[in-house]
Amino acid sequence: MRNVWTIVKRELTSYFSSPVAYVFLVIFLLLTGFFTFTAGSFFERGEASLASFFGWHPWLYLVLVPAVGMRLWAEERRSGTLELLLTMPVAPWQAIVAKFVASWVFIGVALALTFPAIITVNILGEPDNGMIIAGYLGSFFLAGAYLAVACMTSAMTRNQVVAFILSVVLCLFLILAGFNPVTDLLTRWANPAVIDTVAAFSVVTHFDNFQRGVIDLRDLVFFLSVIGFALFATGLIIRGHRAG
Amino acid sequence: MIRIDNLVKSFGTKRAVDGISFTVERGEVLGFLGPNGAGKSTTMRMITGFMPPTEGSVSVGGYDVAESPLEAKRLIGYLPENAASYPDMTVQGFLRFAAELRGLSGGARRKAINRVVELCFLDSVLRQSIDTLSKGYKHRTCLAQALIHDPEVLVMDEPTDGLDPNQKHEVRNLIRELGRKKAIVFSTHILEEVDAACTRAIIIDRGKIVANGTPEELRAMSELAGAVTLQARGATAERLSELGRVEKLNGAFRIYPKDKSRMAQLAQEVVEMVNLHGWKVEGMYSERGELDEVFRRITLPDTVKK
Repeated sequence: MRNVWTIVKRELTSYFSSPVAYVFLVIFLLLTGFFTFTAGSFFERGEASLASFFGWHPWLYLVLVPAVGMRLWAEERRSGTLELLLTMPVAPWQAIVAKFVASWVFIGVALALTFPAIITVNILGEPDNGMIIAGYLGSFFLAGAYLAVACMTSAMTRNQVVAFILSVVLCLFLILAGFNPVTDLLTRWANPAVIDTVAAFSVVTHFDNFQRGVIDLRDLVFFLSVIGFALFATGLIIRGHRAG
Repeated sequence: MIRIDNLVKSFGTKRAVDGISFTVERGEVLGFLGPNGAGKSTTMRMITGFMPPTEGSVSVGGYDVAESPLEAKRLIGYLPENAASYPDMTVQGFLRFAAELRGLSGGARRKAINRVVELCFLDSVLRQSIDTLSKGYKHRTCLAQALIHDPEVLVMDEPTDGLDPNQKHEVRNLIRELGRKKAIVFSTHILEEVDAACTRAIIIDRGKIVANGTPEELRAMSELAGAVTLQARGATAERLSELGRVEKLNGAFRIYPKDKSRMAQLAQEVVEMVNLHGWKVEGMYSERGELDEVFRRITLPDTVKK
């Protein structure tokens, strides 16, 4: 546990000592602002909710989260620090979990900095704040699932661009499996049971429940298992590299 | 402290390390020599537990690296090839990170950091970020990391690579100094380092050990070992060839002993001949043999051998 904490600390320090973190934070906040208020027509809706804010998250994260995750292992491998890290008395799973947690915390910080949206909606009306909290929780888990996927693709290559593209594609699949236009298309030839199964793999299906203010254990289990699976795969991939 | 038993590492069909066995005890400094691609780094990666061996086993301080990796890794300090470190950290931050992963905290950590900073002359750059450092400082920062927990076993992959001559000298002295109380393995392809720092050297080529001995023993394998070089007015090759094969150098003669067992007598015989003929000696010395000649002879592929 101490090792995990040491690595988390190092990763976070390294995020905030580089300009990447600040560039990311600014872009994230600008984009959430743009999507919520302009593209999401927050004011025209005439309702006191953050639906226009959360609704965009699966798409916004699709680009931004892989940008955070792509360097996690690719960078360690390229610079040779992977060798340093894994010859320390640290179990590989500790390093994997620590690096994941650190970047998840970082995204958590970015998400927390959107708090003016909550203030705005509370000033303008009487929103259901429970629903907003559930939305934030869902959004955080959604980011975690994407991040774990990015972590996995980052371990596959020492090229960050390749890692980025791979994780965007995989995350896009996680969205599209439950995206209404796609499921509507499927209804023409597949039976509903198949569609439901495919849709169950989608982050959108599970994220929607959070947006509606429902914190369902099944949705939490879904996100946690995506994270667990991707991190486990990361471990296998890293072990594979070492075995040569 | 380090026991390596029939170690094999294959990458696909290529056997990068092919059945290497050796041991290193406390108080020994083992120089690991070999041409590029001979399997030096791969062997070191297996000793430090970064790569699992295809066959064979490595144990460090009695712990099998494959079975109890964490216990073995605790005993090892490792300087990887190219001395990798996190460029965005400061030297101090990096050393603190390494110390924490080694389980040091509070006063012990502070003391450990001060010790390695002094040992590796890092005082002046402590607060600089690593990517602004020169190669020599980067290298020493990584070396400091390897020494931070005062390990019993030290594994270093080309510890003097990229250093200037003064720094090389310092690092060699440091290795020799540390070698009194630790078991050290370091790889190099600079042969003078073997003389400067090692108690024993192993030469590997294409994954196999081709020579193993003290620097003296290896040098004695040289063709040159035991030859006498004489520079004297009046000396002639005809006379000298009575003692052994003579090679004419620039204004001097080199006499090779007829057989290696008579190495000791040869100098004596040359002196007797000089006295007998009244030659004026300007210089005379016995050759100890040259490591790079031995190295070249045993690591060159047969086809290239002259």
